[in-house]
Amino acid sequence: MAAEVIPANIRVASRRRRIFLENVEAYLFLAPALLLIGLFQVVPGISAFAMSLTRWGVIYERWAWFENYAAILDPSGARFGEFVNALGVTVWYVLLTVPIEMTIALIVAFVLYQGTRWRSAYRVVYFMPYITSVVAAATIFEWMFDANFGFLNYLLGLVGIGSQAWLREPRGVIQMIGSAFGAGVPDSLAGPSLSLVAVSIFTIWHFIGFQTVIFLAGLTNISRELYEAARIDGAGERQILRRITLPLLSPTLFFVGIIATVGAMRSFSQIYVLTNGGPLDTTRTVPLLIFHTFFERTAVNGIGLGAAMSFIFVLIIIAITLFQFRVLGRRVFYD
Amino acid sequence: MTRAFALPSLAKHTLLIVGAAVAAFPFYWMITTSFKEFGDAAKSPPLLWPTSWHPENWVEAWQYPHTLWANAFANTIFVATLTTVGELTTSVLAGYAFARMRFRGRGIIFALLLATLFIPSEATIIPNFVLMSRRYLGWYDTYTAQIVPFLVSVFSIFLLRQFFLAIPGELHDAARIDGAGHLRFLWSVGLPLVRPALVTVSLLTFLNAWNAFLWPLIITSRPEIRPIQVMLVQFTSEGGSRYHLLMAGAAFVILPTLVVYLIAQRYFIEGVARTGIRG
Repeated sequence: MAAEVIPANIRVASRRRRIFLENVEAYLFLAPALLLIGLFQVVPGISAFAMSLTRWGVIYERWAWFENYAAILDPSGARFGEFVNALGVTVWYVLLTVPIEMTIALIVAFVLYQGTRWRSAYRVVYFMPYITSVVAAATIFEWMFDANFGFLNYLLGLVGIGSQAWLREPRGVIQMIGSAFGAGVPDSLAGPSLSLVAVSIFTIWHFIGFQTVIFLAGLTNISRELYEAARIDGAGERQILRRITLPLLSPTLFFVGIIATVGAMRSFSQIYVLTNGGPLDTTRTVPLLIFHTFFERTAVNGIGLGAAMSFIFVLIIIAITLFQFRVLGRRVFYD
Repeated sequence: MTRAFALPSLAKHTLLIVGAAVAAFPFYWMITTSFKEFGDAAKSPPLLWPTSWHPENWVEAWQYPHTLWANAFANTIFVATLTTVGELTTSVLAGYAFARMRFRGRGIIFALLLATLFIPSEATIIPNFVLMSRRYLGWYDTYTAQIVPFLVSVFSIFLLRQFFLAIPGELHDAARIDGAGHLRFLWSVGLPLVRPALVTVSLLTFLNAWNAFLWPLIITSRPEIRPIQVMLVQFTSEGGSRYHLLMAGAAFVILPTLVVYLIAQRYFIEGVARTGIRG
């Protein structure tokens, strides 16, 4: 009998051994993913800050402390003007795209949710632009925005508006509308350029399907019993929308709002293909400015300055996200 | 239920149809323009339907001077396939470990991993560019540089972890009693059970690799190893305003993904709805 009992010290040792082996195995499972993320995300993320403190063009020149930051942030600095311009363009771009995208996507999602015969077919079509390569789709829009033979000018012609230069038009839209009615609008109120509006039209087209799908998923997650209960209690449709649907959808709205804002701020490919920041820098958002600084003009301290701009930009994105969390996050209803 | 915030049926259908037309029109315009002859493409008012069909535009675009379409396609398929296989492997292993294995520091490592989602590519692209230079990795202008940095995705790890967590624990215990190790269990029980997630991850990874633009643009310079997106931009800048050819070029790039999307749309849409990945 006694021979069958395993001594306690051996039992503990074998248990320790098993736990040890499971640990080793788990770390082996994780190793490829963790190494890659460390090498291509974490290390570069940290060294970005170090690089922003150097003069670094084609080759590393010297340690420069905060010279790059001074050049960008000091109003008398060499790079202040273009950085502020790029920030302004980025803000306009967000304002022109995010609210419109979200409003349209929300309406479409509501309608699809109500149930219609071709619901899944519509969903497939609306989502199509989103899976298309930004570069190729932007090429199509470049053609549709063509000043001479573009389809959009044809549409404008149908409603009696003259042809526009679209992507090549640096004038502000408010100024253009003003002058169409014979009113002079000062340059300070010119508004975003028509070219930025054109880029925004493309962006809205490209991303609406994404947001529709997310909103639709959010709506589907709301329990039907709640609606039935409310209806039994005599709630009207409008009340149901205000008291049940929107509050329960608010986490989704909040999530989409944040990623749409950050996504718009970080956009690169569509702007690069459609305008490359022109005309007259009126579509040069911060990512384009960073790209121009660091890649196309590498000779003069491009890496140092570009890294400093990226770092400032990342801080701005984080600040805006935190702001959204604090101000809008409070209104979000989690059940 | 369906009565909530009901619009009149006519208004509803008009809205949906107009919306679908706006979403689909650029594709229609691309295809029809690509088959028009030059004079018809640049016509005012525009022709909604070609007067004559010219498939030779596609041949001309394909053979346009200084473009290497066949090469570019081979490059993209090569890079996208290796990226997909590699990313799937690392994500399956890591996702499984986080879901099913007990080890020290599991919670903290997972939290740190999610935290890396907040490192934006703006911050890492310049250091990564420097990292690829001859002084460090020496991968500038290679396939390696186009593939290796993308062999991991926190989104995929997260998605697969969710799926592995959903496997009933009894199944796992039974396999352990039968003497199956983790690798064995993962291979013969785990993977078949999470097949939908594997399909979703593969499709989205492949699509992302297919559409990759900024990184290959800056990290390659030889046309022979550049992918189709970069080739298309080079082609559009050389093709000028010969839009019937440019649209054929855009169709080269778009059509393969569109076909795959239409076949497997459920996986694309559900994958995005579940993870909220925004490209």
